[in-house]
Amino acid sequence: MATLSQLQLRSSFLPSFPSLRRSSEPSAAAGVMGRGRGRGRVEAKIREIFMPALSSTMTEGKIVSWTRAEGDKLSKGDSVVVVESDKADMDVETFYDGYLAAIIVDEGSVAPVGSAIALLAESEDEIPLAKSKAAASSSSSSSSDPSTAETLAPTPPPATEALASPPPPSPAAPSPVSASSSTHPAAEGGRRVVATPFAKKLAKDLKVELGSVAGTGPMGRIVAKDVEAAAAAAPTTAAAAPSPAAPTKPAPSALPAVELGSVVPFTTMQGAVSRNMVESLAVPTFRVGYTITTDALDALYKTIKSKGVTMTALLAKATAMALAQHPHRVVNSSCRDGKSFTYNSSINIAVAVAMDGGLITPVLQDADKVDIYSLSRKWKELVDKARAKQLQPHEYNTGTFTLSNLGMFGVDRFDAILPPGTGAIMAVGASQPTVVATKDGRIGMKNQMQVNVTADHRVIYGADLAAFLQTLAKIIEDPKDLTL
Amino acid sequence: MHSAISLSVAAPFPAAGARSDAFPLAGGLRPAGIRFCGLRREALGLRRLRSPATGRIPPAPARGLPRTVAAAAAAAAAGAGNGSPASGFDYDLVIIGAGVGGHGAAVHAVENGLKTAIIEGDVVGGTCVNRGCVPSKALLAVSGRMRELHDEHHLKSLGLKVSSPGYDRQGVADHANNLVSNIRSNLTNSMKALGVDILTGVGTVVGTQKVRYGKVGLPDKEITARDIIIATGSVPFVPNGIEIDGKTVFTSDHALKLEWVPDWIAIVGSGYIGLEFSDVYTALGSEVTFVEALDQLMPGFDPEIGKLAQRILINPRKIDYHTGVFAKKITPAKDGKPVLIELIDAKTKEPKDTLEVDAALIATGRAPFTKGLGLENINVVTQRGFVPVDERMRVMDANGNLVPHLYCIGDANGKLMLAHAASAQGISVVEQLCGRDNVLNHLSVPAACFTHPEISMVGLTEPQAREKAEKEGFEISVAKTSFKANTKALAENEGEGFAKLIYRPDTGEILGVHILGLHAADLIHEASNAIALGTRLQELKVAVHAHPTLSEVLDELFKSTKVNAAVSRSINEPVAA
Repeated sequence: MATLSQLQLRSSFLPSFPSLRRSSEPSAAAGVMGRGRGRGRVEAKIREIFMPALSSTMTEGKIVSWTRAEGDKLSKGDSVVVVESDKADMDVETFYDGYLAAIIVDEGSVAPVGSAIALLAESEDEIPLAKSKAAASSSSSSSSDPSTAETLAPTPPPATEALASPPPPSPAAPSPVSASSSTHPAAEGGRRVVATPFAKKLAKDLKVELGSVAGTGPMGRIVAKDVEAAAAAAPTTAAAAPSPAAPTKPAPSALPAVELGSVVPFTTMQGAVSRNMVESLAVPTFRVGYTITTDALDALYKTIKSKGVTMTALLAKATAMALAQHPHRVVNSSCRDGKSFTYNSSINIAVAVAMDGGLITPVLQDADKVDIYSLSRKWKELVDKARAKQLQPHEYNTGTFTLSNLGMFGVDRFDAILPPGTGAIMAVGASQPTVVATKDGRIGMKNQMQVNVTADHRVIYGADLAAFLQTLAKIIEDPKDLTL
Repeated sequence: MHSAISLSVAAPFPAAGARSDAFPLAGGLRPAGIRFCGLRREALGLRRLRSPATGRIPPAPARGLPRTVAAAAAAAAAGAGNGSPASGFDYDLVIIGAGVGGHGAAVHAVENGLKTAIIEGDVVGGTCVNRGCVPSKALLAVSGRMRELHDEHHLKSLGLKVSSPGYDRQGVADHANNLVSNIRSNLTNSMKALGVDILTGVGTVVGTQKVRYGKVGLPDKEITARDIIIATGSVPFVPNGIEIDGKTVFTSDHALKLEWVPDWIAIVGSGYIGLEFSDVYTALGSEVTFVEALDQLMPGFDPEIGKLAQRILINPRKIDYHTGVFAKKITPAKDGKPVLIELIDAKTKEPKDTLEVDAALIATGRAPFTKGLGLENINVVTQRGFVPVDERMRVMDANGNLVPHLYCIGDANGKLMLAHAASAQGISVVEQLCGRDNVLNHLSVPAACFTHPEISMVGLTEPQAREKAEKEGFEISVAKTSFKANTKALAENEGEGFAKLIYRPDTGEILGVHILGLHAADLIHEASNAIALGTRLQELKVAVHAHPTLSEVLDELFKSTKVNAAVSRSINEPVAA
């Protein structure tokens, strides 16, 4: 490893302290080794300067300052850049002679350990080549740079060549969480943000704009869990947003002013939604619908409503019980890799809830086992938490079957897109009085609702869905078991 | 008994001028005729009280001077230990204030055969024992353990598993309170056992060699003494505009009782006191906002140490800060409203920001407690409340003349607001009273901040040393080492830390040592003793340290120095065969 080193660490401790030098050199060297370019090879003309690991716990480093400029001639041992690690500022010097051809990571920016921060050309002629390499490499790997990932505002591109083309966040890189925030500034307009020290720290780390976070702490201050919830809500909304028909009822005040006729790029979250939508096209889905009479359910609901039971909980409970009654619970399974069934051990019903500018899917875990009263309480708690953006990850991303209900809008039937990673989603329409012909030849009035299940045909077949729906209808039409 | 808590706001050494005056080594003066006092007396005083029931006082262990031994033996022979006063005074020595400084002076005086009285208007022990270093150490002991138990990464790397550690606030508060009572009674007993007269009341100097003391509702008494030491200490300094209610806006006095742990507390002042409390509060789950008037946090520290301290003690914790701002107005929480802190720019005085927090701790330093001392009776004018003294702690009057038989030690003179400094000053005064000239070298007095990890220092900071070097025309060098290179620190998995030594390469003299790391407060004494005794680096380099110990951090520093002077004396005489 050491032979590949291009930079050596010169910590402020070193000059007077030989034994530290011994112990720290290997780790520094590991962080700055040339990737795939051996020193012995003559053609190694352009070398990459990597973010060194200045401490064992360092995962990323911030460029405090470049002590040399692009185009400068460097001699071995020259200090090139000052890097701030989690521990200290350290000068980093070059192991090679050459020219500092291109700076990839600008001052003030952060780069993960091992990523290229600059290119070193052996001769002056190679500087242009290095610069073009820098531009290419930055467009594929600099998504961790907040300034590129978050360029939502129409700011001019940064001057440095390396950053000139803000790339879309690559799916492989951990995409920074920018909760709808930067485009949804606090509606209070100019009101001070009161956030605790830790909340501020977290917001910085998680890239959450505090102005958009609702504080739930004492006196409405923003506390750490508010920031965590805001950060968590962003990816969730992205992941759970596959159902475009799902209710989106954003409060008008929360919407940013949009100039008509303009083109507004996606926020990070919207970008993630877009990716998920496209991804869902790779899943072979099909749909099966069913009409269910809800008179008995409505009657039951009336009697136990006063005990805090909600219709959502009743539907979730009925669905879970129906799922549980089938062999292998196949409708509760999913296909993760295109080659196998994943039979989920729990029946966790995710229910889509409209949120400001998106939606979230709180999960009722073990809905088949939990009694309806507890389930209703749980549901209320989850909705409150969701509104406050306080849902914990396990409370929104562990669903095995999704319910989406647009009945409250009077929608009688619709069609949902399957969230990646799950096997089926059920779209529930409104229950409305319908004139029906009964089997005994009479005509009557019954409350009926239409449900429509979208499923992954690789694991769930038509007969499975049909059987499931039949069971569900039986449970709903004779709902006495729901209150057991 | 270290006093991290009794230090003033910004500079650890407020009287910068006094420092260079009292730096005899710089002048090439070897401490032959002058004896320097350290913390040893203090330790003896505490040790002695272990057996107060027997009423017997073991003679003070010899400090090399037969005279001292003789005096101590004489004192012991006198039964109560407090000899009879010379020439018609009620006492040889009266000390006003029974804090750590007064206690140190009293114990040393009795050992030297002086008939001594100590006047205390409150409780024995003063700030350090009752409202300062002692209870804060109890809280910090808890915070240190909480930190360890909550550091999963650290525990895991040691192979330990601990499930959900928590704490009981009352239990923590009780620990601090019990420690205070324990140390206070130790202190009281040690003086009683020696026969120091403890007089209750507020002491006032009414004239030369005359003191009056009394309590409200009781007739005042007047006593005469050959010499008087003022040791009245200090109280928390509260800037104008800050309203203290003792509940949501308070000083260290209240905070040490730990009556509650606020979710969010603003700490005004980022010196020792503020820093220690931030360690306690964050360990107990609070979030902390520092308000610092200067442009950087921890302004009193060596800049390099301060920078690293910020990385270790501030940045990774639930702490944020506002620097370069004054807290112009602080309103306690009431009627459901939080504590409001109005910040103004320290330079432009423009309003900067308003903080809404659950509590505010005012740690803006300490003000001398010298009111009502009757100094006007002897024509002494305090300077910002401090009693002016010369390097021998002799009080000076308004005209700059020495006031005969009157001394002032500790926080009240403001030279170095540390408990052990007060004690050392007291001992130095008693030495003078016994006819042995003595000047305390304040540059040899160590200071420590008991955060996790600890910070300690002695002597000059690097900028101070550079300034002095430039002025006096000598070279300085700096040696540095990391705790990462220390085997014991790595075994403890506490490699975070740094130590530096500032020295003169031409003479091998130590100018300053600064340590941030595990047990730094204990490590500093090798350096402070070397400064006090004038030991040179060429001697220290060849001294042996046990392996593996944290003391090797200093060994490493000593060994990495490059001294041009030759070894003046080798250490080859065995101490024990």
